This record gives sequence, C-alpha cells and structure tokens, in this order.
Amino acid sequence: MIHEITTTPAQKDGLLIQIDHLSKVYQLGEVDVHALRGVSVNVSPGEFVAIMGASGSGKSTFMNILGCLDKPTKGGYFLEGIDVSKLTRDELAAIRNLKIGFVFQGFNLLSRTSALENVELPLFYCSISNKLRKSKAIAAIERVGLGDRVHHYPNQLSGGQQQRVAIARALVNDPSIILADEPTGNLDSRTSVEVMGIFQELNSNGITVILVTHEPDIAQFAKRHIVFRDGKIKSDKINPNPKIASEILSELPMIDEEEEAA
Amino acid sequence: MKILNILLSAFRALQRNKMRSFLTMLGIIIGVGAVIAMLAIGQGAEYSVKEQIAALGTNVLMVYPGAQQQAGVRTAAGSAVTLTEDDALAISRECPAVKYLSPGSGAGGQVIAGNLNWSTGIQGVGSDYLEIRLWPVEYGDFFTDQDVKAAAKVCVLGRTVADNLFPETSAVEQTVRIRNVPFKVVGVLTKKGQNANGQDQDDLILAPYSTVIRRLTHWPNLRSILISANSLNEMATAQKQVTEVLRMRHKIQPYDADDFTVRNQTDLAATATATTEILTILLASIASVSLLVGGIGIMNIMLVSVTERTREIGIRMSIGARSRDILTQFLIEALVLSLLGGITGIILGTVGSSVISKIAKWPTIITPFSVFLSFGFSIAIGIFFGFYPARKAAMLNPIDALRYE
Repeated sequence: MIHEITTTPAQKDGLLIQIDHLSKVYQLGEVDVHALRGVSVNVSPGEFVAIMGASGSGKSTFMNILGCLDKPTKGGYFLEGIDVSKLTRDELAAIRNLKIGFVFQGFNLLSRTSALENVELPLFYCSISNKLRKSKAIAAIERVGLGDRVHHYPNQLSGGQQQRVAIARALVNDPSIILADEPTGNLDSRTSVEVMGIFQELNSNGITVILVTHEPDIAQFAKRHIVFRDGKIKSDKINPNPKIASEILSELPMIDEEEEAA
Repeated sequence: MKILNILLSAFRALQRNKMRSFLTMLGIIIGVGAVIAMLAIGQGAEYSVKEQIAALGTNVLMVYPGAQQQAGVRTAAGSAVTLTEDDALAISRECPAVKYLSPGSGAGGQVIAGNLNWSTGIQGVGSDYLEIRLWPVEYGDFFTDQDVKAAAKVCVLGRTVADNLFPETSAVEQTVRIRNVPFKVVGVLTKKGQNANGQDQDDLILAPYSTVIRRLTHWPNLRSILISANSLNEMATAQKQVTEVLRMRHKIQPYDADDFTVRNQTDLAATATATTEILTILLASIASVSLLVGGIGIMNIMLVSVTERTREIGIRMSIGARSRDILTQFLIEALVLSLLGGITGIILGTVGSSVISKIAKWPTIITPFSVFLSFGFSIAIGIFFGFYPARKAAMLNPIDALRYE
C-alpha cells in the first residue's frame, strides 16, 4: 500500500481522531458488503463535524467504529493516541465510558428510570463515590436546562426533553467527543434547532462534536462537513458560515412549544 | 459497578414485572418449601423411632421362654415353663458381658387404696430394672436387692397409678392392696408418657418379682428376663453368652432349637432407623425434583428477560458497561429471584411442616442442616440456571444489541 502510514499519534501532534484507510466489510451469508472502503480522516479537538450522506453511504458504520461499538476490518483508528483497533472488549468499554458520549436518534433512554438515574448510568460503570455521582449527574442535567425535571421519567418528558437527558448522559463523564447519530431525526424543527443550540454551546466550551445527519439544514450548524458516498469520503469541507442556533431560535414562532406544554 | 447498586437495580428490574417475578419465584418457593417439609417429616420420623427405641433402654436384651415343642407341635411362645429364677441367677453369675439383669414376672389386677381403686398391670422385676430401662424414681426410692431376696411386700407406682389412687396426697409410705395383699409404696416413678402404640407407659406398678411370684401369681416361672450389656459393642457377646448359658442349663442338644428367644433391641433400632433414613432421602429427592423444575423456570424467565432487554443491554454497553457488568447484573437478578424464593420457601416449609405435625400428629423436625441445605440449594440453582442467560446477555455485540427491535 502506498499510503501505509505508521506514524504514531505522538508524531502527529494534537489530533483527537486519526483514521487511516479504514475499511469495513460485513459478511451477509455468501456476499461481502463493503460498508467502508478506505477512509482517512483527522479530527482536531474542538471541531464540530457533520457527517452527511445518503443511507447506505457508510456514515453510520463509520460512526459506530468511531464510537468503538464496532471494529474495523482493516485500517487504523487512533483516539487520543490510542490504537483502538488493538483493544479488547473491556478496554473498548472503558473508552466508551470515559472518552465518548453517545446521542442517538431514538434517545435510547432506559424506560421507567428517572432522568437522574439515566444520566447517572455511565458513572455506575466507573469507580466513583455515590455522592459525587449524583452531583455530577445533576450538574449535567442542569447544563442542558432540565434542572426542574430531574426526577421525571422518560414517558413524562417531550421528545426534545428526552434528547436533552440523553445529551446530559453523554456529557456526564466529561468525554473528549460527543457522537450524535441523527440526533434530530425524531424531533420537530424548532426542537431540532434547540438541540443543535445545545451542541453549539457545548462545542463553544471546547467539546468536540461529531454528528451524523442527512438533513442539510441541520448540517448547517456544524463547522465542517464530511460527505460520504459508497463507503468513501466524497468531500470534506469547512463550513465558512455556520448557522447560529440561538439567533434562529429567537426568530422562530413559539407556538410549538406552547402546544407541547399543553 | 458496586454490588449494592447492582442489587438495587436488580430489585427494580424484578419489580417491573411483579407477577412474572412472583410466578418464577413460586417454583423455587414450592421446591424449597417441599424440601424443608419433607426433610422435617423424615427427620421427625427418624427422631421418634430413635426415641421409642431409647425408651426401651439402651443395650437391652430380652429373653423370653420359647415355644414348647412336643412331637412337632409348637404352642405359643412363652407357653413353655423354661425360664426360672435359677436361670436368671446363672446368667448374672456366668456372663461377664451382662451388666444388669432383671427377671420379670407379671400379674394384672385391681389395686385399692383407701376408698379409691384402679385396675392396672403389676410387673415383678429385679432391683436393677430401672437401671436397664433408664427410668428414674421421682419420689421416694426403688426397692432394694434385699427386698427382692426377702420377697418384701413393697411396690413402686407409675405416675398414672399414683395420680389415680392418691390424687391429693403423696403416695410414698402409703399402703395399696393388690388382690387383697397389702403392699407398701416406696416410690413413684417419673412420667414417661405414651409409647409408640399410644399406650400409657406410666400405668403400671413395679414390685419385686419374687413377691409377685409368691404372693400374686403363685406360678414359679419367669415371664422374661431383661438384660443390659456392658456397652453397645458387647451386645453380640452378651447375646452369645446368654444363649450358651441357657442352652447348657436346659440341656439342649447341639442341633436342637433353643427353647427360649433372645431379642436384641439394637437390631430393631438399626432397621427402623435405616428405614426412616431411606424415607427421608426418598422424600427429599422427590422434593428436589420440584426445586430443579423451579430452577428451569428461572432460566426460562431470565432468557425471556435478556431477549426483551436486548436494547437496554446495548444502551448499557454503549455507555461503558463491560461484559462482566452485564453478566453480574443478570446473574444477580437470577440470584435475587432464587434467594427470595428460597427464603420464602424456608418460611413456608417451616410453617407447612408444623401444620402437618399438628393435623397428622406426626412429629416434624427442622434442623439447621435442612435450612442450610435448601438455602445453599437455592443459591446454587440461581447461579447455575442464571449463568447461561447472563452469559448470553454479556456476549451480545453492542452494536447488534443497540439495533435490536
């Protein structure tokens, strides 16, 4: 291979994510499905990246590998200098626990479990005192503006509020990256903008946000656009004028919110 | 994840499906309850058999006169006039393995004291009788060897007799008339209660056998000889020595049958104990089958639970749960089910067996052993039947689990 790079991350200073010729092949019976065909991307700390592409373009597979939920077939993935492809199941779990925060399209909250307990959940899987766990969880919930809904259950919360709880859960362990997979897919347009506002605010505080979406509107809030097609990167551009969620929000009518409250 | 937190979340998970958790536990409850109750019944039976045998005295041999045989026609055992006072004396003289010996004779009759009377059995015994039967005197004393030799008109009353003839006063030093022969009461026996057949063991009067023979039965032969060996180990020796002495004294030819019978209580005891032990094992094994079925119920429900909660497992894994965290979580849930079931079962089994013993008048005993056994059994079942579903959950691929619908 021509592009075989064996550089250790120490040599490539300051990169959060370094991906070299990543490929992923699924075996569906006799057929090999090439979900990713040699993708190389670098992400620096503090970026806000939108990953776009049609369904089947490989963006979700890419996201799952980024999130250490899936392993690449070939290629290297260094996260903060750690070669993730060589880690064991348990080590991957620790990475997911400490370095990555997930936000899903379907919120993926535990039902019949209060907002607080949902947010506390990642802290159960690392050693932390019960007292500190609770205070960290409450701080994360307050950060997404749900301080008054701490003891509500998911079925007592609106979609937007549930997604905020999910973001709080992603935040609670102070991760390096937040990975959001179609976070606004189940939300109306106003709530979508609100959620993007939270991501922008977190990003402005230094957290790297990587977001998968197929809605160009939503991608406009990100600072960098990576477009996937057929398992390869089609384009990788800086968004010169990202939309500011807080500005748009002040222009949108408030009707939806009131209806939701009613 | 801390164990307390896992326990809490296990309780919560089980609470979400109260009915299902209860029904799953019911299998273990019934299983453990049945094991406890069956062991209690079996051990109760074992205990009462041992008790009955102990009541006969320890290391005890009984010699009865044998059936008389004349020209091939045998009459009932005891009908022969073969056991005499001299035989008894010879046994105590010549058998070193024999510790105590009490010749026995007996009569029945009306006993009168003052204006009260009572019908009971009068047993003629030797002065060592109580040593053999391990039966202490409560008031007064037992009669002495001197009384036996002199055929003194003294007697010791069983508790029932004493209560009926002397309801308000002490029986000791009083006089009772047995078949119009006055006897001086020297003592009253302690209460022994009913025997296995429901007979009142305290309804009797003991008197020197010599006195009974001379004053009451006017029949010179002994009805039995009660013997106790030096120790349990010397039972067989004692039996052999007694048999040899009696065969010699009765001039029985080498190939002829004994004209007496020596009965050994420990043989009886061993057989009875073995029988009840088998009964206990049998009952407990039948009950364990239901415990096993309860365990399969746990496994079944845990498998359903893992499938139902695949998405939850995926979420937990995506936020950092390791395989062993998931394994522990489901294992603890199975363990909580089986332990709660086990504890409830122990309570239910205890209550159940006391109800059984009340209704069926059958003694039941709950030993710490059977409680620990059932408790340990339910832990083992929780781990054994919980492990496979828990492992199945722990081995799920995070991405597949997350996508599971």
